[in-house]
Formats: sequence, C-alpha cells, structure tokens
Amino acid sequence: MRVKSVNKQKASNYFWGYVMSAPSIIGLMILNIIPFFYTIYLSFTESDGLSAPTFVGVENFTRLASDSEVWLSVMNTLYYTVLSVPLGVFLSLLFAVFLNNKIKGVSIYRTIYFLPMVVAPAAIAMVWKWILNSQYGILNFLLSKLGIDNIGWLINSKMIIPSLAMVTIWSTLGYNLILILAGLKNIPETYYEAADIDGANGVRKFFHITIPLVSPMLFFVLITSLMAALKQFDYYYIMLDPSNPAIDKTQTILYLFYEYAFTINEKGYASAIVLLAFVIIMVFTALQFWMQKKWVHYE
Amino acid sequence: MARLNQKEKINKLIIHTIIIIGGLTMLFPFAWMIITALKSYGESIMIPPTLFPQEIRLDNFQKAWNALPFIDLYTNTLLLIFWRVFFALVTSSMAGYAFGRIEFPGRNVLFSIVLIQMMLPPQIFIVPQYLMVAKLGWLNSITALVFPGLVSAFGTFLMRQFYKGIPKDIEEAAILDGCNHFTIFRKIMLPLSKNNLVALAIFTALFAYKELMWPLIANMSLEKMTLSSAIASLKGQYDTEFPVVMSASFIAMWPMLLLYIVFQKHFIQGIAFTGSKG
Repeated sequence: MRVKSVNKQKASNYFWGYVMSAPSIIGLMILNIIPFFYTIYLSFTESDGLSAPTFVGVENFTRLASDSEVWLSVMNTLYYTVLSVPLGVFLSLLFAVFLNNKIKGVSIYRTIYFLPMVVAPAAIAMVWKWILNSQYGILNFLLSKLGIDNIGWLINSKMIIPSLAMVTIWSTLGYNLILILAGLKNIPETYYEAADIDGANGVRKFFHITIPLVSPMLFFVLITSLMAALKQFDYYYIMLDPSNPAIDKTQTILYLFYEYAFTINEKGYASAIVLLAFVIIMVFTALQFWMQKKWVHYE
Repeated sequence: MARLNQKEKINKLIIHTIIIIGGLTMLFPFAWMIITALKSYGESIMIPPTLFPQEIRLDNFQKAWNALPFIDLYTNTLLLIFWRVFFALVTSSMAGYAFGRIEFPGRNVLFSIVLIQMMLPPQIFIVPQYLMVAKLGWLNSITALVFPGLVSAFGTFLMRQFYKGIPKDIEEAAILDGCNHFTIFRKIMLPLSKNNLVALAIFTALFAYKELMWPLIANMSLEKMTLSSAIASLKGQYDTEFPVVMSASFIAMWPMLLLYIVFQKHFIQGIAFTGSKG
C-alpha cells in the first residue's frame, strides 16, 4: 500500500515537473537553441534569406579572417568597452557611496539618476545627437566659452567612440548605481563601528570594508556592463547616419552584423560575424570569471 | 572635537555639491529636449543658443504628431510590453517552480538549457528568428514584436532561485493532504513570490520597451512600429529639424516614465532585487 502510494507520488512529481517546465523549455528550444544552431549552419552558407542557402564551406570564415573591416570593428568595440565600462562602473560606485550617506533627499537623487533607464534609447540618442551637434549643439557652445574650439563629436572619427562612450556612461549610471547601492545597504553597520574604534579613516574603511563586501554586486555590474558594451548597437544606429563618412572607421561589430544581415542582406556572412562577436563576448566573460577569484569575496 | 565636526561638515558639503552637479547633469538633456521642442526652427539654430525660448511654439508638437502615428505606436508598445510580461510571468514562474522544487528525471539537463540561453547574446538568434517570423507571415504584426520574448530564461532562473530557497516543510502538510504540485504552486507558492513577480515584470517591461534591433527589422511599416523604432526612423528624414525631433522624443518618452513615477519604489526595488539574485 505504502509502496504504491510512493510510486503514485513519484509519477505525479514527474508529470508536473515536465508539464510545468515544458512551456519555457519548448519556447527556449524554438526561439533560442534551434536558432543558435541555425546561425552556425548559416555561417557555412551564402544566403539572402529568400532562396535556399547554398553551402560554401568555410568561405565565410576565411573571408572574415582577412576582412580588415571586421577586425577594425572588433578593435572599435573593444576601445568603446575600455572607455565606457571601467569609468562607468567606477562613477556608479562613487555616486552609490555618496548616496549611501545619511543625507537629505536621497530618494529624489536616486529617482533622478535612474531617469535615463526608463526613457527609450532612441529618444536619449536623439537628444544627445542634438547636444553634440558640432554646429549648433549646446555643448560646443559652452566649451567655446572656455576657449575650446569646435569639436566634431559625431563627425570626427577620433571623437565618435569617446562621445558614444560618454552617452553610455550617462545613461547607465543610474541603473548600476541602484544595484551597487543595494549591495552597500547589505553591509552591516557594525563593521564600520568596529573600524571607527580602531581609528580607521574613511579611505581605509572604503578599501578594507566597503569594496570587499560589495564586490559580488560590483562583479555583477561589471559583467552586465561588459556584455552590454560588447553588444553596442543602438546609439550607433541612431546617432550616426549611414552617410557619415566616419562610420566605417568607428562602427562596432554588432553594427556591422546588422548591416550585413539586414541592409546588404548577406545573411551567411552576417552569421559568421555574429559568431565572432559571440566568441569575443565569451572570452571576456570567462576572463572576468577567472579574475574574480582575485578580488571578489563571497561570504 | 570641534575641528572634527568642521571636517565632517566640509566633507558633507563636498559630497552634496558632487551629487547635485551629478543630478543636474542627469536632468539637463531632458530639460534641453523640452526647451528645444518649444523653439521655432530659426531660434533652435541661433548662436549663441537661447536658454529659454523667446516665443513658445507648440506647432512642433503638431508637426511631430503628424509625422508619426503616435496612437498606433503607443498601442503597439503597450501591447508588446503587456504580452511580454504576461508570458514571462506565466512560463517563468511555472518552470522556476518545477526546477526549484520538483524532482524529476532530466531536470538538470533541461535546466542547463536555461543557463545556456542566458550566456548567449540575443543577436545570435536574430536572423533565424526573423526568417521564422517571415516564413510564418507574421512580419508587421504585434505577434512578430512579442515573438522572441515569449519565454524568459532570466525569469526562469530568477524564479527558480526563489522557490529553491523556501524551506521544505512549508508544503509537507499539503503533500500529506494529497495536493499535487500544481495545486501547491498555485495556492501556496505563487502568493509567496509576489515580490519576485513584480520585480520580474518590471525588468521584462523595461527591456521590452528599450529593445531596438528586433522591432526595427520585424516591423518595417510605420503603424506597426514601437515608439523606439519609430523615433529611430526619424533620423535622416527630419534630421535637421531639431525642434520637431525633440517634440517627437518628448511625446515618446511618457509611457514608461509615467509608470516609473507612479511605481517608483517598485522599480528601484525590483531592479536591485534582480541584481542581487542574478
């Protein structure tokens, strides 16, 4: 009797286990896993998306290896990441620490800093495009007051990547700050009290208590910022016109992917490019996970 | 002691100043958007720029309103958000419960699919997803917009972490009473996970609203676009008419902003929450 009921219980568990996980798993299979393998397949073909793909072997990859446009876009993406991620995470940490003080109106500041997160990137990009306009933009006007001459923020190929990194830092500061602030709130007050008794100063407390204890959240912020930066497309697409001659010199790898996939319509080659982007993202994520052992403290 | 107080005061002053400058930097682009939207074209390109419009012009809003089918765009965007949130909540909570609390053969293998998806950049799926939607004849529809986000690997992961952490004895009585897992899920677990569901809903809504590449390719006809992709389509065509572009951006800014103003606390807590579990 007892054995039977245990078996019945097991059967019921199996049944509900499969039934309840099925919608997610079937969805992920159809929407993600099969497309992932199909992208791999497409990377070995020539395809316009309309007629059947023709198998071309490793042609796309040999072309990729010698395509200076692709490697330049990889360098651009890395440059953009180096400019936007470390500074962005550092500023978020700095402002989070400031806002973690007992000062009046913290919630108002938090609300304001988070604002760019709830506005569509398209609208943000349009405003910054206008602010950074080299002829009529307010930024160049203000800088001219300081004696700095006309900067081609979105025209000069040397300035475009720093400009977009700046907009990125501005627009993600609030999001990262909220996450880090949540991490700071979890640090028990008693640690700081003990340090006070030992006579530790603010800087010491910051490096010996705050940083180690907030490091898991800092790591999460770093990983998500890194992944987002390596996938940058939105600001490029909106802020730079296809007619902009500097775009070839500054485009990111996913912008190039979009161009090949949907404008030039070479979906086979585009698939090879997006796989390269995937490998780069994987390498950097793995690197971060490897390096975290050195500085992230889990309790 | 007095000197220490003095030092503390100066510290506070410095921190306050930096926070205020930071806050103004965050607000300025939005202020400049509104100021520009109220200017005439001639005034918008005046040098030196006027800080406040000499004469307030509302016809830019009229022009922006005529340039884009805003009612359609609002409807599409809200429908996209609604369906994405709905499907993410239903599928993720059920699967999260199954992975977190039910023992069944193959559970770990199936759950590894969730983890793999979380590691892959979404653009890697986009060409096949586009070909699928095209083949099914769904291009230029709400279905096409919602399609890639029908399920959420992140949501499943988030819910699984939560259900896994609940003490086992909570459902023991229910199991002895002969309740099956679905009943336990519905009657006991779902109500417990209300905060998680709110956090997941906010997270899903934000990212659906901000998505750009997929709406751009899935729906090319203007009246089927989202606010994001439609604003992006203004580039080129209206590029030099900054007051009109700023007016359009201003009109497009409101759906999520209003939700944020009303549910501010939930937004902040929800984001902090997804971070601490993610």
